[in-house]
Amino acid sequence: MATKSRVSSRDNNIRQGPVTALRIYLLRHLQVFFYSLGVLSRSPFATLMTAAVIGIALALPTGLHVVLKNAQQLSGGWDGGAQISLFLKRAVEDDEANRLAKQIQKLPEVAGVNYISRREALQEFQRLSGFGDALQALKDNPLPSVLVIRPTAAASTPAGTEALLQRLNDYPAVDLAQLDMQWVKRLYVIMELVRRGVVVLAILLALAVLLVVGNTIRLAIQNRRAEIVVMKLIGGTDGFIRRPFLYTGFWYGLFGGLIAWLLVSLSLSILGEPVERLAGLYQSRFALSGLDFAATGMLLAASIILGLAGSWLAVGRHLRDIEPT
Amino acid sequence: MIRFTHTSKRYASGYDALQNVSFHMPPGQMAFLTGHSGAGKSTLLKLIALLERSSRGQVFINGQNLAKIPRRRIPYFRRNIGIIFQDHQLLFDRTVYDNVALPLIIAGQPQREIGKRVRAALDKVGLLGKEKLYPITLSGGEQQRVGIARAVVNKPPLLLADEPTGNLDPELSRDIMHLFEEFSQVGVTVLIASHDLALIHTLPYRVLTLRQGQLINDTDPSD
Repeated sequence: MATKSRVSSRDNNIRQGPVTALRIYLLRHLQVFFYSLGVLSRSPFATLMTAAVIGIALALPTGLHVVLKNAQQLSGGWDGGAQISLFLKRAVEDDEANRLAKQIQKLPEVAGVNYISRREALQEFQRLSGFGDALQALKDNPLPSVLVIRPTAAASTPAGTEALLQRLNDYPAVDLAQLDMQWVKRLYVIMELVRRGVVVLAILLALAVLLVVGNTIRLAIQNRRAEIVVMKLIGGTDGFIRRPFLYTGFWYGLFGGLIAWLLVSLSLSILGEPVERLAGLYQSRFALSGLDFAATGMLLAASIILGLAGSWLAVGRHLRDIEPT
Repeated sequence: MIRFTHTSKRYASGYDALQNVSFHMPPGQMAFLTGHSGAGKSTLLKLIALLERSSRGQVFINGQNLAKIPRRRIPYFRRNIGIIFQDHQLLFDRTVYDNVALPLIIAGQPQREIGKRVRAALDKVGLLGKEKLYPITLSGGEQQRVGIARAVVNKPPLLLADEPTGNLDPELSRDIMHLFEEFSQVGVTVLIASHDLALIHTLPYRVLTLRQGQLINDTDPSD
C-alpha cells in the first residue's frame, strides 16, 4: 500500500487513530441500521406483507412446538417407573387377595403392593369417569379387584419388568397381569414422531423464509441499481454497499419473528380458556403454557438469523452482477 | 500521474476500442481527450478508473500498475480519483449535501470533517446554500456542479471528466472548464474527455486526439 499512501499524501486526509476509526465505523453501522429501517417504513404496506409472510411461516412450527411441549408436560407425570396391574379372578375374595398381596410383597423385585378391592375400584371409577349414574343401573359390580405392584428400581428395566410380569401371571388367582407402561411407551413414540415432523416442517419453512427474504432483497437491489453503481464508482467497498441490504434483512427477520410471536400468543390465548375447561372436566389443573422467555428469544434469534442469511445470499449473488459501465 | 504504455483494449465482442496507445501525463497537468464518438475516449477513461482492464500493454496511475490491483482493492484505488460524468450520476432521493458527502462517508471520515469539507466543496462550485435541496430541483448546470463537488470533496490527486459539458450551453461550459482550471492550478491532474472542439481550442491545454482507438495527435501549446 506504499503507492496508495503516496497518492493520498498530498491530500489533507486527517490522521485517525484506531479508536476514532472504530468509533466512526460503529457510528456508520448505527446510521445504516436506522437508515434501512427508515427505507422500510417508507413503504409500510409492502414491508408488513413480507414480514407477515415470514411471521406466518415461523408461527406454524413455533405453535406446534408449544403444543408438543404442553403434551410432554401433560404426560410428564406418567413415566415415573412401570406399574404392573394384577387383575384377579372374580371368584377371589378379599382375604385371599390380601394373602396374595403379602406373598408378592416378599418378592425381591417388588417395592410395594397396593390392593384395590372390587368395591374400591367401583368407587374410584365412579368418581373419575363421570359415568356414575350409568353405573347405578348395573346390578352387579363389573370390575375385578386389582393388585397394583411397583417393581423396585433395580427390576424396573424392560427385561426385569417383563420377567416379573411372567412370574406374576403364573399365580392361579391372577386373571391378567398387565404392564401399564405399554400405552405410555406408545404415546412417547408417537410424540417423538410428531417432534420429528415439527423439525422437518420447521426446516422446510425456514427455507421458505430464506427464499422470501432473498427474493425481497433481490428486488430491493434491482430497485437501487443506480445507487449501487454510483457507490461503486466513488469507491464504495462491497461491504459498504452490502450493509444496508443486510440490515434490511435483519429488520424483516425481526418483524417476522415478532409477528410469529404475536400469532402464537394470540392463538394460545384463544385456546387457553377452553383447554382449561376441558382439563377441569378431567379433574386436572392443567393449563396451557405459552412461549417462555427462552423460547421467545430463540424464535426471534432464529428469525433474525434467517433474515440476515436470506439477504446475505441475495446480496452475494446479485451485487457482483451490478458493475458500472 | 497517468502513463499508458502500448495499451490496447479489445472487448469480448472482438471490437478493438483502443490500439497501442502510449502517453504520459505528469502530475498537475490538465489535458483534453478528444475524438469522435466511438473513438475510444470513454474506454480510455474506463481503463484509468479500473472500470475496464487493458487487454495488452499497461496503465500506470501514480506509478502503480493497474494490472496488479486485485478486484477487492479497486474501491480503495477509486477513492483517489474524482470522476465526473456527463449524466452526473447523482442520487435523486438524497439531498445535495448527502450526495456530496457520500465519498467521505464511504472513506470513513468523521462527521465534523464531513460537514466542513462538503461546504468547502459546494462553496468552490458556487452552490453553497443549496445543500438542503434535492438534485431534481436544480438546473442541468447546477447538477453538473454537484457532480463536480462530489468528485473533488475527497481531494483526489486525479480528476477524470467524461463529456462534463455535453448538455450545457457555451457559457455554462466555460464556467465548468474554468472550475477544472482552478483545480489544476492547485496541483490536481485533470483529464477531460470532450468533443467540444470549439471550446477546447480557446483554452491553452494539451489535447490528445483519438481516432478509431489510436492516438493520432498530441498537441501541447506549452511546449
